[in-house]
Formats: sequence, C-alpha cells, structure tokens
Amino acid sequence: MIAQADDTLTIYQRSKAGRRAFVAPDTDVPERPLDDLLPPEARRAAPPRLPEVAEPEIVRHYNRLSKRNFDLDTGFYPLGSCTMKHNPKLHERVAGLPGHARMHPLQDPRYAQGALELMWRLQDALGEIAGLPHVSLQPSAGSQGELAGVLLTRALHEDRGEHRTKVLTPDTAHGTNPATVTMAGYEVVKVVSDANGNVDLDDLRAKADEDVACLMLTNPSTLGLFETGIEEIERIVHGVGATLYYDGANLNAIMGISRPGDMGFDIVHFNLHKSFTQPHGGGGPGAGPVAVSDRIEPYLPRPQVVRRESTTNGKEPFYDLDYDRPKSIGRLRGFQGNYGVFVRSYAYIRSLGGPGLKEASETAVLNANYLLAKLREAGVAQYLPAAYDRLCMHEFVLSGEPMRRELKIKTLDMAKRLLDHGVHPPTVYFPLIVEEALMVEPTETETKETLDRFAEIVADILREAREDPEVARAAPYTTPVRRLDEAGAARHPVVRQAMTQD
Amino acid sequence: MTRYTSATDADRSEMLQAIGVGSIDELFAEIPAGLRLNRPLALDPGRSEQEVFEELKALAAKSTSAEDEISFLGAGMYDHYVPALIDSIILRSEFLTPYTPYQPEISQGGLQAMFEYQTAISELTGLPVSNASVYEGPSAVGAAAYVAKLTNGRKRFVISRGVHPHSRECVRTLAHAWDVEVVEAPLNDGATEIPHLGDDVSAVIVQQPNFLGAVEDLTAIAGAAREAGALSIAACDPLPLALLKTPGEAGVDIAVGEGQSLGNRLDFGGPSFGFFAATEALMRRMPGRIAGETKDVDGKRGFVLTLQTREQHIRREKATSNICTAQALNALAGVIYLSWLGRRGIVELVELMLRRTAYARERLQDIDGVTQIHDHPVVREFAVELDAPVQRVIARCQEQGINPGYALGRDYPEYANGLLVAITERRTRADIDRLADVLGAAVAAEREAAGAKATA
Repeated sequence: MIAQADDTLTIYQRSKAGRRAFVAPDTDVPERPLDDLLPPEARRAAPPRLPEVAEPEIVRHYNRLSKRNFDLDTGFYPLGSCTMKHNPKLHERVAGLPGHARMHPLQDPRYAQGALELMWRLQDALGEIAGLPHVSLQPSAGSQGELAGVLLTRALHEDRGEHRTKVLTPDTAHGTNPATVTMAGYEVVKVVSDANGNVDLDDLRAKADEDVACLMLTNPSTLGLFETGIEEIERIVHGVGATLYYDGANLNAIMGISRPGDMGFDIVHFNLHKSFTQPHGGGGPGAGPVAVSDRIEPYLPRPQVVRRESTTNGKEPFYDLDYDRPKSIGRLRGFQGNYGVFVRSYAYIRSLGGPGLKEASETAVLNANYLLAKLREAGVAQYLPAAYDRLCMHEFVLSGEPMRRELKIKTLDMAKRLLDHGVHPPTVYFPLIVEEALMVEPTETETKETLDRFAEIVADILREAREDPEVARAAPYTTPVRRLDEAGAARHPVVRQAMTQD
Repeated sequence: MTRYTSATDADRSEMLQAIGVGSIDELFAEIPAGLRLNRPLALDPGRSEQEVFEELKALAAKSTSAEDEISFLGAGMYDHYVPALIDSIILRSEFLTPYTPYQPEISQGGLQAMFEYQTAISELTGLPVSNASVYEGPSAVGAAAYVAKLTNGRKRFVISRGVHPHSRECVRTLAHAWDVEVVEAPLNDGATEIPHLGDDVSAVIVQQPNFLGAVEDLTAIAGAAREAGALSIAACDPLPLALLKTPGEAGVDIAVGEGQSLGNRLDFGGPSFGFFAATEALMRRMPGRIAGETKDVDGKRGFVLTLQTREQHIRREKATSNICTAQALNALAGVIYLSWLGRRGIVELVELMLRRTAYARERLQDIDGVTQIHDHPVVREFAVELDAPVQRVIARCQEQGINPGYALGRDYPEYANGLLVAITERRTRADIDRLADVLGAAVAAEREAAGAKATA
C-alpha cells in the first residue's frame, strides 16, 4: 500500500480548503438574508473547523482506520465477561428495514403498532428467560440497567417508609456495581469471597443489617463460578428486608438452565450486547433492560410498553405506551430505549427459540470447560493455573502469578504476545482478587479447532518465555503500533486534533 | 445444533471426555437441583433465517415510518438524510464487532475515530474537552448534573422549562437519589427567565434551541450561573451549533446533547449517541471514555483511552460515573457525517433549514386558527398553538399522509393545543405547502365541527 507513513494522519490533517463531499439540496424557498433570521449577536464567530474532504478520501480514510482494528469477525476474541459471540448478519438487515430504522420515537402508538409489538414480545421473552414477570427495556446499557435496579430498590424502600443507606457488592464485582451504588446515593460495603471463590457467607451475615438496601450479585460470578450458596444468600438478604439484584453480565451461562427469578432475585439486568448478540460496535451501542418481580413492578421507569386486549371479540390487541405510573422512578433516558438493539436481540431469540438458547448456554459452558482442560493438558497449568479448581461455567479465571514468578513475564506480557498470534487477549487483571488474572470466555460460537489452537498458542508463548522472556516483555511486534505510552497520555492529555487553520 | 454454534455430536463427546465428565448436565452439577429449570423455556422454537426475516419484515410493515408519510415530527429526534457512505463504513466488521478498545495496539482505528470525533464535538461546542460519547441526549443532561454535584456538592439544580421534558425527567430521577432539589425556571414568552440564583445552586440547566424552538441567550444564562458560583449546563442541538454562538463562546461549562441528527437514523428512539463536552477545569470529572494521543515505544503516533482513573473499572465506587458501554459506533457515524458535511457544508445545510423553517413558520402563521407561541429566532423547529383540539387535528392530517408534528399538551398543559413542527432538509417547499394545506383544512374542519356542536 502506498502512503504507509500517512497512516496516523487524522481526517483534519487530510483537509484542504475548497474540497467537499456534501452538496446541499436546492434552496426552494425565498433566500432571506441571514441577519433577518438569526441576529448576528446570536451567531458564532467562525464556522466549526470541520474537515474539507471529498467523498473518496473520507471513504479511504475510514477504511484505512478500520484495517487498524482487530475484530470479532476476523478472529478469536475470548474477552472474559464480554461475551464476544458471533453477531448474526441477518440482524443488520432486519434492523435496517425502514419500518424499523425510520420510525420516529414520538409516532402515535396507533401508527407504531409493529414497533411496540416487537418490544412487547421481547419483554415477554426476556421475562421468561429471567423468571421474572415484568420487564422495562428502557436502560441504554448494563450500567444504566444497574442504576435502574438500585433506584428501583430505593423506591421500594422509600415506599415502605424505610431509609436504608448501604448496598453490598462482592469483591469480585464488576467496577460498574460499586460505581452505580455511589451514583444512586448509597454507600458501598464490600463482601469478601471465600476460599472456593464463593461469597463468604459469614462475612455476608456480618454485614447484612437493616441499613442494607440491596446486594448486587453476578451469578455465575466474574470468576466464572456458580454461587453454590445462592439459596442461603437469598435467605440472608431477604431476611434483613433488602433486595437481591442480579447483574446479568454472565447470563450467557444459564439461559434455559436456571433462572435468576427462581433463585430469588428481585431485579435482573440483561446486556443485550452480550448474551443477545447486539454487536459491540467498538464500545457500544448496547441495551440493558431490567426484569423485576411483582413487588418492584410499580416503580419501573416510564413509559412502559403494554398490551391492551381488545374488548371486541376477534379484534387485535392494541400495543401502547403507559405513562400513568405514579410510583415510577421516572425516566433514565429519552424515548423508549435502544429500539434498534431490540430488533436484533428479538431476531436472535426468534432464531434460536427456547431450545436453541439453552443449547447456546450449554455449548458456552462446554467450550469454557474444554478450553480449561486443554490448557491443563498442554502443560499451561503449571504457570497459569485456574484460580479455583472447580468446574467453571461459561468463563474461567487463570492466575498468572506462577508465570510471573518463574518465567518472569507478566499477564500483561502474555496478553501483548497473544496479539502477535492474531488472537484478542482475555480480560486481564480482573477480577481484582486473583493475582495477575486472565479471564477467558470463549463463548458458544467458537469451534473446537479454535479452542485447540488457542491452547497451543498459549503453550507456545510460555515455551518461548522459558527460553527468552524478553520476547514477550517487548511484544507486540506485528501490530499497527507497539506498546503505547499510556502514562504520558494521561499526564499531558491531548484529546483533540490541533488545528493549523482558524 | 443451532446455526450459530459448531459443536457436533462427535466434538461434544470428545470435549466431555477431555473435561472428564460424562454429560453436559454434569457441567451444571454445582447449580442446586431446586434451582434448575426442569422444563423448556416457554418460547417458540427457533426458526430459519428466512422465516425470521419475514417475521421482522411483517412487524416493520405494521408501523408507519418517516418513509410512509411526510413527517414534521421532531422534539428531540429528526428525520435527516443519512448519506450512503455512513452505512458502508460503520457496517464494516472492523468497526461493528470489536469490544471497547482495551488493547490499544489492535484498536488504533476505533481510538483514532474517537479522537477525531472528540475534535469535531470540540469544534461544534467551542469547548476544549469532549468525551468519546455517552448514551443519548436526555441522560447526558443527567450525567452533566452529576458532574455539577461532584464539583460543588450544592443542593439545588435550576432547570429551564425549555429543556426537553425527557431531560428534565432524567434529572429529577437522579436528583431524588442525591437529595438534590430541582427547581424549574419558567419560560417567559418562550425563552428562559432565570430566577435569582442563591449560593445553594449547583447548576443551571438550559437547552439551545429550547424545546419550543427558541434560540436562548446562553451568554446571559452562563453569566448568571457563574456569578452565583454554579455551573452552567447547556443541552444543545448539534446542527444549529454550526451557526449559533457556541457554548464555549457563551461561557457555558458543560455542553451535552443528542447526537442522532448527526448521521444516525431514527430507530424509534435509539441507539444514537449523546455528546459531552466541557471546560479544561472539568476534564478529570467527566464521565465515559476519552481517547488521547500518545506515542508507542518506537516513537510512532498512536491513540489510547486516557484519564482512565476517572472510570469505574479502575476507581470503582470513587469513579466519576458508572458508564461502561457507550455509543462508539453511533459516534463514529457522527464524525463521518460531520466530515461529509465539512466546514462549509454544515453551514449551508443549517442555513437551508433556517430558511425553510422560516418559510414554514410564515405559511402556518397565515392559517386561520394557528398562532405562533413565541417570536424568538428559530433554526429548524417552531411551536404554534391551534384554535382546535390538537390531537384531532393531527389525526386528520395523518389520514392525509402528513404527520404535522408533536402535540405539546402532555408536557406543557399551558399550551394544551400546541404543536411543535420540525423542518429538516428532507422537507421540501412542496412538502411544507402540503402541510399548510392539510393542516389548514384540518383546523378548519375541527373548528367547524366545534361550531356546529355549539349551535346544536
């Protein structure tokens, strides 16, 4: 390719005055002077310095950028807790149909029956999967679903005249959990894990008191382990009048096998961009619907999609938006949620059906346990042992501590060396309670051959490190850039392109 | 086997053997027996790709989209033309399918796009720091209010009644949990009237142009906030910023907004993106991802996620926000769109909307029974009051294939028959003329019906 040296020029640096991609439609109305329409004092001094580039160069620029990204359609992406499963191609096609894509969110429900019906059906399906009867699709992502959940908890307690101040989160929780608790106006109390990677029940008992509003739990946990004490956890939490919140990040392990509602959870959030195939888009969009029990239902966000049965025999039911929810926590965002995501996730659920979803979870768990076994078989366990010697669910966590000690390469070095092998590294340094953690989630959509190959690659990197640890420590070598100075970037932040023109 | 999994029976038995268990069920042995779902999920069985396509197509056909009628609906989301190059770029799997760029060496494309996006938002808002996106418009207003809470901890938000009702409701939802009072600043003749601000005010929140379409005097509002030691937050419609005095020029501390109109489709309300820009002083309190420029070990230019010590995955309960997944792909569409428009194009586009909107405003004002709610300058949206029941008028228009706009009554009882009309560049003079005819006829018909009723 020509112009290799230009790879990092931004679109602004490719701009030249006079070029353009946009040609305005004809002005078919009277050309009134600008000053008559918008007084000069209301106007900006100069136009925004957007780039001036013709269409061919815009296309080339972003195509070139795209080639500097690794992506799921190119290779294995076992990023733990992120559920990087295949994004079916059908979904982009159906989401792009004008009857979905060009629907205005404020269209009168009479003219939006298809969209509302789809949302109602998705609510119904998610409720069945969670084992909880009421669903709001509104939250925009998992973290907003969490916020909804904790605010719902607050509304319940306030409605009962109780003032509670604390929310419990395990030490294995995703960072979003404690961050959410603070944003929702509560104090975080951390519950430790026991030697088997479960929530320490004694610690939970000691911390669960009448000031506790909620326990936020991920099950299976971020260690990829099922909370075997969940029944006792439920008794303890409900025993002090708190709610039990299910972080759905790891739902992909148990669809059709076990349901959070049946475990006693009051509130569940889903990540439609994890278990339900919404493409991650390099950092969104996603969607974070919540499912709740009867006692939480009155507080769900406004508006709620409802189905009104017709009183006339044989007439179709009417799908509507219900704003009349006096106990609602209110809105978390505009309009009705990320509908385009709902279309994709609904298509996924219809494609797989009940048995298919179960098979997806079974295969995800099979793939994870198989990969763990293969890594053991390949002699990896000596340096990268499983953090807990148990059957895992859809993901597992390895500790790189022996590798660091004996081979003098850190988990970070392993991750960077994997890049040279065309594999996205696992999640690293999380959960925090495992030293030098690597969290591996293969998902159900990977073949046995891919898993075998990954085990070989990890074994190869360890072998290489035994001979010369410096190779991994200086990796990667084959990527568009090599290790980057992140500390420097934070010390002297450069967060926009400096402009030469004014 | 589903069409998205590959484990054959032979694979499965080999894999189970390697694991050392006899069946798939044994893998789930740790789940207490009482908690297993011992029945199939009550969902319909899976269907072929073709059948699912037909089902989703049939659902789409049940709704009336902006493809099927001439729509003047806006009120926060707008039917702009989305150029073809956007789909061709954002549907590339390299942008569509990766996760958040936690491994920068293999994510330079996404990170550089974020950097370019941030630059564009800084240019539009006149503020030096933009993050890489938040969820969408109204929650972005809530996110900005949270920055104010973190910054000064004061106990009152003053929010203009001209702010989108969804944004106001988002702020109230959050403020309740923070024990912060929300006070509404009234509209006087369609523009915000800032009340006296005490030293307990954390932030003053306005919208530009406001929900009724009026261009607000941001400079005066930001000045009043600064004098009271409060932060000023402006929820801005991004396209009009091509012409309007920028939040930065006006002295605003935080500019947020709904990004849908920048190259994103309507999608019945999402996904789109929210933008979030602020002064340097607030940089380390901002929510969400921020891409920054740096160098690699060979001295080559590169980009990383920076200032991550603000974020939940590092700081946990001390984070400045809980946001994780945001709207990277939608923000990418945004920066491609802004590059497509370019420096001159964006001005030409907004001037076209300005002129067509002025034309529409005059045409509608000439209709008997239609009056203007305010006479402030507007850019692409304006509000009128009908001398007839607005819902019935809208229904009549929709029967004629015209969606005349958004009924204000639900959110503004004081404008019970108010109608908010949006004119994007997709609405031609012919469309506007047709709107005037159909709306005029509908208003006349309703007035006649009311008159007949009154005489009878």
